[in-house]
Amino acid sequence: MTTRISDRAGVLAWLFLLPSVLYIVALVASPFVLAIAFALSDVSAGDPSYDYVGGRNFERVFDDPVFWRSLGNTFVFTGISMVLIVVLGKVLANILVADFRGKWLVRFLVLLPWTTPVALSSISWLWLLDSIYSPIDWVLRFFGFLGPGENLYWLGQPGLAMTSVIAVHVWRLTPLAAVIMMAGLVAIPRDIEEAATVDGAGYWRRMFEIKIPLVLPVAAVAALFGAVFTFTDMAVVRVLTRGGPNDATQVLASWAFYRGIEGGDVGQGAAVALFLFPLLLAAAIAILRVVRRIEVW
Amino acid sequence: MNRYAVRRVCARIGVYVAAIVAALLCAGPFLWSLVTAFKQNRDLYDPTNNPFVFNRPATPDHVTYLFTDTAFLTFTWNTLWVGVLVVLITLVLALPAAYALARLDRPWSGPLAVAIFLVYLVPPSLLFLSLSRMVVAIGLQDSTWSMVLVYPTITTPVSVWLLMGFLKGIPRDIEEQAMVDGYSRLGAFVRAVIPLVFPGIVAVVVFAFTLTASEFIYALAFVAPTDQMPVSTGVPTQLVRGDVFFWQSLQAATVAVAVPIALVFNLFLDRFVAGFTMGSVKG
Amino acid sequence: MAVVEVRGLVKHYHGGRVHAIDGVDLSAGDGEYLVLLGPSGCGKTTLLRTVAGLEEPTSGDVLIGGRVVTRLPPRARQVAMVFQSYALYPHKTVFANIVFPLRAQGVPPEERHRKVRWAAELLGIGPLLGRKPRQLSGGERQRVALARALVREPQVFLLDEPLSNLDAKLRASARDELKRFQGEIGTTTIYVTHDQVEAMGLGDRIAVLAAGKVRQVGPPVEVYDDPADTFVATFIGSPPMNLVPREGRLVGFRPEHLLPVEDVRSPDRVSVPLAVDRVEYLSGDRHVYGVVSRIGAQTRVVARLPSTVDTAIAAGETHDFAVDARRLRFFDRDTGLRAEPVRLGS
Repeated sequence: MTTRISDRAGVLAWLFLLPSVLYIVALVASPFVLAIAFALSDVSAGDPSYDYVGGRNFERVFDDPVFWRSLGNTFVFTGISMVLIVVLGKVLANILVADFRGKWLVRFLVLLPWTTPVALSSISWLWLLDSIYSPIDWVLRFFGFLGPGENLYWLGQPGLAMTSVIAVHVWRLTPLAAVIMMAGLVAIPRDIEEAATVDGAGYWRRMFEIKIPLVLPVAAVAALFGAVFTFTDMAVVRVLTRGGPNDATQVLASWAFYRGIEGGDVGQGAAVALFLFPLLLAAAIAILRVVRRIEVW
Repeated sequence: MNRYAVRRVCARIGVYVAAIVAALLCAGPFLWSLVTAFKQNRDLYDPTNNPFVFNRPATPDHVTYLFTDTAFLTFTWNTLWVGVLVVLITLVLALPAAYALARLDRPWSGPLAVAIFLVYLVPPSLLFLSLSRMVVAIGLQDSTWSMVLVYPTITTPVSVWLLMGFLKGIPRDIEEQAMVDGYSRLGAFVRAVIPLVFPGIVAVVVFAFTLTASEFIYALAFVAPTDQMPVSTGVPTQLVRGDVFFWQSLQAATVAVAVPIALVFNLFLDRFVAGFTMGSVKG
Repeated sequence: MAVVEVRGLVKHYHGGRVHAIDGVDLSAGDGEYLVLLGPSGCGKTTLLRTVAGLEEPTSGDVLIGGRVVTRLPPRARQVAMVFQSYALYPHKTVFANIVFPLRAQGVPPEERHRKVRWAAELLGIGPLLGRKPRQLSGGERQRVALARALVREPQVFLLDEPLSNLDAKLRASARDELKRFQGEIGTTTIYVTHDQVEAMGLGDRIAVLAAGKVRQVGPPVEVYDDPADTFVATFIGSPPMNLVPREGRLVGFRPEHLLPVEDVRSPDRVSVPLAVDRVEYLSGDRHVYGVVSRIGAQTRVVARLPSTVDTAIAAGETHDFAVDARRLRFFDRDTGLRAEPVRLGS
């Protein structure tokens, strides 16, 4: 018997990784490079020929007040969403790991927002936030917070529109955050908690001095992943408001789509989308730092 | 003694109240969608009507309309088979890659794992412009196959990381034992490792399918003809005509898609949670 | 059955920063029971894994049955290994576990069944064949692992601390069983342990390893009585050998050889005063701790008195003890290696 290829770890490692690497190079790395090339060109839907124009797309983007508005909105959208998602996700995770009857049903109901295709759940919300028929307005009228025939126009007013977009996004991602944090909670060795109980620590003390510190690394990773996701996501915005009213909810991703696909100005769309990358890179470095700290711990 | 008993009862009640509130907040819109789907137009389009109950007799018309007069079943079918193919491709790519990174101990496996993680950070919103050009260039525009080709870019990096976590949880002894027992490295992977990593495979299948079913930026950018669309773009396209929304049918579609996916996900939730745990614990 | 030999074996990790094995030459004869003994991290497990083919050496060769197998994968080496954890496949039944190596060899089904039954019979696990590993006790798991190692009739058995997962009581009987088992099968066996009692009890020969090097190889008696250096002297024996510094040397003697002067019959004895500070009773023996003088620098030592010695000894007293001069061992104080004996006078 002699050595075959299937014995050699070095060769196998290459064979095992090659398909993934090739695939990623072909469909992530090359479009990424292409995106950079587009950002430096005047390619558009009407004129697909490639002409190098240097930084002109970027100049035009920077001159556009909508870009700055989108950038600000992106940060507001991401920041507020993340805080809410992490806090609510932690609360939800605690509920889901508790022991009670009908847990299966509750878990099923709680998972719905995450497992439903976002395009569809957002459309459901579109009706919930409708300018005339909104059931939320109906409830407010029922309790007398709104006069008869009055409406809030959830998606028609800048502040409320942003609130709505954030609320729907939080609603949809909180279950996933909860699942990830459940993992963190489950991973806490039972004896640590039992030791604390024997030591006389009550529920809240155990929560704040044992569970939260121990879950923190996992929560941090979940938060950063979520932040990256939120930062680049345009699904909710696109369905609910299309960036309106008057670009009040426009985020970078939705604006890039609007410019690049619907407006046909590929060069500018690419320039806007590319602007996401340095911010993502910063987030990535932060994530890796946290992950490394977990591994040391 | 008594004080503790009271406390215990309060804690139990607290758990139930919290669970019910959480369930209502998350699933409320769906329960309401379910009611809405069976409402008559004259019931729905009256702002003074209570939106949570039937003010007029329920009607199945709009639900029937969804299934008979729209391509909803075609969309569902497209989502389903695109999802299945994407899951398969994801597994074929991610399982060996994760094994190589987790176990085959090459000096470059650390940096490469980080590189794959970075791929996850390159979002569809950054790539869809150039990808839609590439899809046109290879002649797959307006075809469901474009999604089969491109969606694994979203699912593979996450799956590699998830599977690495599971693989690190399997004791090395087991595969070394298989090698001493007379199998090659590849044989040990196929016969001893894959059966043990099965829970991880299940987690990846569920997660990848959910991601695929939800995706809609690429679908929107690549596919225009209705008969090629997945649920997430097809339903809005057919049931929103300009300013006219077919509300009841839209709500019916949402519920019809959401419930089965959530049911399956719930079945595998514990395994999914276990996957994340193993990823965070050093193997 | 075959001779196993390693020649000039070196294994570095992390680009040469860690020397797990640092030039080892060793051989186990046909049918021999060779025990690799050493503290954790001494390289004994790495050495075993290199023989199995799970690690590739940085340099040097492994020979099994006279054939160089250094670059061969594990499956081509005809070795069987029992891991510390037993590494039973948790998703397979006991039968499927045992038959697994035979399937790899492509043994026909009837033959496979016959062999599994034979191995199961030999180890007394016949009734367990339908169970899953998690339904077995520690001792049963060990036997399943042995049966799996046995069925393929390997040239060499490699055992990596197979007793360390058993409780103390079970360990003694399992050790017995292992010895008997190897006696029946007669296959060359390399056994790794950090437990000197196991090593002394099981091995035809013991190889003592420290920091990736072999310090001494020999039959248990020889390793115990004639340690090659201070490491072996203090690693083996409980309590370890006493070492007393004297003129660039270390004078060594076993605790059981330091006895009250009237109990040392030999005319050629070295008497030493012992200032006793503590006395312990351990399963019949008395361990007497104290400081010796005269033999060398004042040093704290321990004497082990068997129950046949009935001299009354209490803490705080100074007694005259003695060591038979033939029992003294001398080591170089700087290198720790055996040195020329010196005359100590009486």
